[in-house]
Amino acid sequence: MNPLANPPQSLAVELVGLHKWYGSFHALRGVDLAVAPGERIVICGPSGSGKSTLIRCINQLERHQAGTVSVDGEEAAPDPRRLQSVRRKAGMVFQGFNLFPHLTVLQNCTLAPVQSGLASLAEAQATALELLARVRVADQAHKHPAQLSGGQQQRVAIARALCMKPKIMLFDEPTSALDPEMVKEVLDTMIELARDGMTMLAVTHEMAFARQVADRVVFMDEGRIVEEAPPQDFFERPQHARTRAFLGQLLH
Amino acid sequence: MADVTLLARPQPSSRLVVLVKRLFGGPLNALLTVLVLWGAWSAAAPLVRWAVVDAVLLPAEPAACRDATGACWSFVVAKSGQILFGIYPIDERWRPMLVSAALLGLLGYSLRPAAWRPSLAVLWAIALPASFLLMFGGFAGLSYVATTMWGGLPVTLILAVASLGGALPLSILLALGRRCELPAIRILCVLFIELTRALPLLTILFVASILLPLLVPEWLLPDKFFRALIALLLFAAAYLAEVVRGGLQALPPGQAEAAQALGLGYWRTQRHVVLPQALAAVIPSLTNTVIVMIKNTSLVLVVGLFDLISSGKAALADPEWSSPAMETYLFIAAVYFALCFGFGRFASALERHARTDP
Repeated sequence: MNPLANPPQSLAVELVGLHKWYGSFHALRGVDLAVAPGERIVICGPSGSGKSTLIRCINQLERHQAGTVSVDGEEAAPDPRRLQSVRRKAGMVFQGFNLFPHLTVLQNCTLAPVQSGLASLAEAQATALELLARVRVADQAHKHPAQLSGGQQQRVAIARALCMKPKIMLFDEPTSALDPEMVKEVLDTMIELARDGMTMLAVTHEMAFARQVADRVVFMDEGRIVEEAPPQDFFERPQHARTRAFLGQLLH
Repeated sequence: MADVTLLARPQPSSRLVVLVKRLFGGPLNALLTVLVLWGAWSAAAPLVRWAVVDAVLLPAEPAACRDATGACWSFVVAKSGQILFGIYPIDERWRPMLVSAALLGLLGYSLRPAAWRPSLAVLWAIALPASFLLMFGGFAGLSYVATTMWGGLPVTLILAVASLGGALPLSILLALGRRCELPAIRILCVLFIELTRALPLLTILFVASILLPLLVPEWLLPDKFFRALIALLLFAAAYLAEVVRGGLQALPPGQAEAAQALGLGYWRTQRHVVLPQALAAVIPSLTNTVIVMIKNTSLVLVVGLFDLISSGKAALADPEWSSPAMETYLFIAAVYFALCFGFGRFASALERHARTDP
């Protein structure tokens, strides 16, 4: 899919010349990326390559120092109202789930919609139960997160993000903290979400997921995008030596 | 194959049997037990004799106490009004009595988890100003009573409740401010906390009551009572702020990030995600500081306010009686103990509540 084929429709995500420093460490060194609505992007790369920083810049959990970030045609700016508007359009799922332990599963899902004035409590609960059923944890709605398995918690986290009716979903290594037997249930939920047409950017090392779902795979190294290609080309005919080295390490 | 015999679990002995075995099992244990019991009795017996056996328990004339070798509880009974309510005009004493009863009643009511609803905050927000109004009077036929005439339990209660009630919200703002990204706010909060913590409460009270009137025009200054109240409030806030900050720092950053990622703004993130967890984590240290501050209210006596201790001291000055200081201070200690122990129980209930049903 060519992201620029449809100019009147605004891009889901557009990064232009993005730079990010942590002190003197140059984490992102001029990243350009355009994601069309409905596209599924998998971002991979060795640790320290800047892929998590990149995805956290999209919803501005990390502030960039140069370049622009736009979500759904709206440029992210430090002003709080703009920040919240961008964040409401971009749901995020974290490696460590980050559910709120003092709230029930249902309260986790209804807090943000109710507090943002998006829905009344009754509406938010109805939406939440629907989405919890979709990720198959509706029966856990009244438990606290600590009573759930890691896989269940991550599926709740996905439902919680969906409750804000985001236009895009960001996944930051969503399966890395899970026990192996729970990885599949989370990936299956993500695959279903992709089938329903959600725009997704996922940082993950699950290459089977990338093959199955991604429209494009983006390979990052040392703060730059080294290579981006549809999964077939990416895995069969990687262009760069660093990509080949990375894929070689993953396979062995 | 070996035969697997199922052994019956031995029946646990009764507690009494265990106790006797532990205390008297063997000659050395028995000897130690007897020695310790004898020591405890020799220490306790004179106390019991003084406090109960030889004491003047019932209301009696001052002369009865002069002849007695034991405690003079009748003094405490006779003077309880003055100890508890100070030099507040006797005809108007129902006012401090009502205020104390209302504040204590509301404190007791607040202990029950069932009462922890927003309406409780409203109740307190009405009770405190109403207490001040009733103590002051000067309306609806009530005579005006200046704060210099206030004394005893209501002074201690009002100082403790108002200073801590104001200090806790302020301490939360200070703790958040100390972690703020805006340098001006952060530096102000750090300066306030570090300066206030570095000064003894006594100096702060002296500055508020003696130095301030020399520097600031009189019409700009509130009453001495309120100056002391504000000094206590600010002092408590600086200490509580650091306790709250400890809770904030213990919380994984992912919690606030998750709330932000959901589009919640700063205050909603703090209110619904960060503070409920951070405060619950530091309940034991908060309790500690609150109890210390309840007892610190007694320091206002150095600036001439009549709290419970100074009223007790004033009551002792009556030449009719043989100044039974020990009894009076024990009585005052009992009141402080009831307040602080009560708050401690409240805090443990709160802690259990936070753990089981957040």
